[in-house]
Amino acid sequence: MTNPAPTTREDAAVTFDGVSKNFGDVKALDTVSLAIGRGEFMTLLGPSGCGKTTLLKLAAGFLAPDGGTVAIGGKCVNDVPTYKREIGMMFQNYALFPHMSIAENIAYGLKARHVPRHEIRQRVTEALALVKLTGMEDRKPRQLSGGQQQRVALARALVINPTVLLLDEPFSALDKNLRASMQVELREIQRKLGLTTIFVTHDQSEALSLSDRMAVMSEGKIRQLGTPLEIYRRPGDRFVASFVGDTNCLRGELLSVAGLEAVIALGSVQIKVPPDRFSGARASAPVELFVRPERLRISAPGEPGTMTGKIVAHTYHGGHVDLQIACRACGDGLLLVRSAGDQAMTRWPPGTEVGISIDAEDCAAFPVAW
Amino acid sequence: MTPRSTYQRLLGYAGWLVVILILGFLILPAAVVTIAAFNDKAILSFPPQAWSWRWFERALAYPDFRTGFQNGLIVTAWSSSIALIIGAMFAFVVDRYQFAFKRVIEGVLVSPLVIPHFTVGLGFLILAAQIGWSRGFSVVVACHVVLVLPFVLRSVYVSLRNLDPSYELAAASLGATPLRVLLTITVPLLLPGLVSGWLFAAILSFNEFTASLFVTSQRTQTLPVAMYNYVREFADPSMAALSVMYIVATAILIAFANRFLGLGKVLNIEQSH
Repeated sequence: MTNPAPTTREDAAVTFDGVSKNFGDVKALDTVSLAIGRGEFMTLLGPSGCGKTTLLKLAAGFLAPDGGTVAIGGKCVNDVPTYKREIGMMFQNYALFPHMSIAENIAYGLKARHVPRHEIRQRVTEALALVKLTGMEDRKPRQLSGGQQQRVALARALVINPTVLLLDEPFSALDKNLRASMQVELREIQRKLGLTTIFVTHDQSEALSLSDRMAVMSEGKIRQLGTPLEIYRRPGDRFVASFVGDTNCLRGELLSVAGLEAVIALGSVQIKVPPDRFSGARASAPVELFVRPERLRISAPGEPGTMTGKIVAHTYHGGHVDLQIACRACGDGLLLVRSAGDQAMTRWPPGTEVGISIDAEDCAAFPVAW
Repeated sequence: MTPRSTYQRLLGYAGWLVVILILGFLILPAAVVTIAAFNDKAILSFPPQAWSWRWFERALAYPDFRTGFQNGLIVTAWSSSIALIIGAMFAFVVDRYQFAFKRVIEGVLVSPLVIPHFTVGLGFLILAAQIGWSRGFSVVVACHVVLVLPFVLRSVYVSLRNLDPSYELAAASLGATPLRVLLTITVPLLLPGLVSGWLFAAILSFNEFTASLFVTSQRTQTLPVAMYNYVREFADPSMAALSVMYIVATAILIAFANRFLGLGKVLNIEQSH
């Protein structure tokens, strides 16, 4: 990754240190600590109510923490109001000022800083060029499309040269194609400017594709912090495994823990996984095994080392096919298998008995008891 | 057109007839007064035999009506402006802050809605007499402020509720101090609500009669009070003529308000996300 995690606290652009926030009896944030490096694109990912937006609001100064410290550029900002924090923020609905023109919107932060008039004009022009909206100065926000409004919001946040860029689900109002191109554009600008960015989203694919690092949150806590690759391939717990990316949850039991591996039995199939989570677990303890749909292989039924299942349905996605398979190891649910290309549809029509083998490389296994 | 049976067609005509009757009933008093205003005779009779503009001339020339109109403008301007400032501040505080007895304060602020106007007027009359408050404009204005405050408060409060908080947060994130946010974002975006609240208050205050009857004196009587005093002594159509002018003036004011609020949409001040 281009922007490694900060190694010291002085290295960090933004730090949260043991931060807590309560709303009445609800613990929105429970002693959360997180350090974001200079130039890093950090994503806060989680379901609604997990505390990700609260954390962003603490960085912006819209809320004050009940405990812990928030620091920007190494300085504690707990008592610094929003308008002195030098942040740039993009809102879910863009929050462009409807009574001002595009140029006035972008100039707003510069006027608040008493930048000379001729310099304001020059910087507004540059900012509009950066987001490819030259010539739109005199339009009103409502005359622009959703994508253009978003670019204006970005230009308005960037023109003040903020120390941190805060993004609150900025893509959720855009349609799919526009969203993808805006994501690429935003990431390009962010890299070019080397701008520290905190990005809040509930969309795991957005998080995986954009982040340098991501923090997966639930119930006011960070469940796992890591690069998208680490989060996807080595989920730290059952929540992360099931929230990020598609996955299958298989029930098995622990056969043995010895040396460098734990052996898990799924019916007649045995899977070897790293032993760290199973120290002290007794043999035949129940285990949940999370397997990505693209890590399952379909073969002829009855082959050694395969589970047996029956194809229930296909869904065609263009580049790949998703197969739903009834399988005893899944219990009542269906197993999801992802097969590249489209041959799977003709090779294994619904009703076919198949064998399924598991690529143990990317399995995440967790003891069920706790 | 889809084919319809005779029965359905008759039902349709009947429906139209009912609507026309109801609308006619609504404008009937105004229509009668308007026609009576042009009666040449010196009595309020209907329908008139001969027509004339002379009662309009007399109404415009009658000194009590002239001073009543001027007094009304003074009282209306002061009371609706003061009510706007107080109402806007209270609405802002009630919307933005949590504090003890918030519900109680809200209740007190809207209580004039349920207290009869004559009670308010009588209260101010007794109070003024008790503390030696001279019966000048200040009593009338104070009384009107109390009466129109709930309407201003409602109007501003509703606009505040509809104001997306992210505009103010965005402005703060761009480095604007709270005062700057208030002046450049909050107030401009609330402007339609403030103006309509003020206009509503102004119309109510200008038309207010019951409480005004108690608190005005000969010197400070407003137009409705002057009209009441006139009708006690005379019964000529100048009252009707004045009423017609009243209706026209109010209609123009409301048309202006509508125009202004319509303008709000043109300026894209309304919330469109």
